[in-house]
Amino acid sequence: MKKSATAERLQGLFFGVIFGFLLQKGGATKYDVIIGQLLLYDFTVVKIMLSAVITGMIGIHWLRRQGWITFTPKAGSWGKNLLGGLIFGVGFALLGYCPGTIAGAVGNGSLDALIGGLPGILLGSALLAAVYPKLKTGILKKGDFGAMTLPQLLNMSEWAVILPLAAFLIFILCWIEAAGL
Amino acid sequence: MASWLFATVWSPYAVGIGIGLLGCLTLLVSSKPIGCSTAFSRMAGMIEKFFRGVRMGNKLYYQEVKLEVDWQWMFVAGITVGAFISALLSSDFHWQWIPAQWSAAFGDDRLIRIITALCGGVLLGLGARWADGCTSGHGISGTMQLAVSSWISAICFFIGGIAGAWILFHWIV
Repeated sequence: MKKSATAERLQGLFFGVIFGFLLQKGGATKYDVIIGQLLLYDFTVVKIMLSAVITGMIGIHWLRRQGWITFTPKAGSWGKNLLGGLIFGVGFALLGYCPGTIAGAVGNGSLDALIGGLPGILLGSALLAAVYPKLKTGILKKGDFGAMTLPQLLNMSEWAVILPLAAFLIFILCWIEAAGL
Repeated sequence: MASWLFATVWSPYAVGIGIGLLGCLTLLVSSKPIGCSTAFSRMAGMIEKFFRGVRMGNKLYYQEVKLEVDWQWMFVAGITVGAFISALLSSDFHWQWIPAQWSAAFGDDRLIRIITALCGGVLLGLGARWADGCTSGHGISGTMQLAVSSWISAICFFIGGIAGAWILFHWIV
């Protein structure tokens, strides 16, 4: 059954409010917390992200096994993800927010996010749209690997990847705690 | 009453588990993964269309990323609302031009902070669309799905971010 566009938008808004609420409670809507992560003295962001990934990874694979959801892994390539990721990272360091947390930072009252970062992200997005026809068949195709997943790459069953990966991520979190970070 | 609702900071693990469960719920209820940066492309396109109209032409990118207010667009709008509610409940809302860590390293000149944030934003927007996702779409939703593209992207976000912050705070200051 096709949901109405209005119902879909309302769901988006509802889930967004919860996400924003959680990000703010975690401190992730704040420049000082994010830059503290990038300067490696405050590991709040990594703690949030890794515990989200561990929980979600187990949850969504279980839900898929029940046949209740389907996945949407994105196709990728080295030119796209490595280069794009590094460009993003440098922007992340200069701005101190990412596209999700900046929306939260605005709700938290950060004017550098509202007056500087937000127009910047819109400009950068428009810039990519302008050069996209050239990139699409060029650099974005370099080292193309399609919509591959780690279990496919390693030729292992999904739980044989999920369980050791979850254990490894929990180990990293314990190590961070033990180091007092 | 639920005093935890009014707390300024929750344990990062509670927040992370909450976000992980939210990522399950959005897929289950809306068939959408958590993500943010496509909404900025749609917004940028809508603004460009408003000012340039037909002169904008028929851009290839906006044939793939339609100019509409969709689930994710509202999701990003919701983030602002949710963060605002959370900040109000804990009296943590305040207007702020210069974050403390920035001010400690680079001083209180608003213009310098705004220009840096603008430049950072341009690279962030460009990079997010280049990589086809951001810290939420790749960093949370894609990594959960064990997508190779997302693991590479998420690791590169932090390599670039850590290197960038290091250069900015240790070499330039």
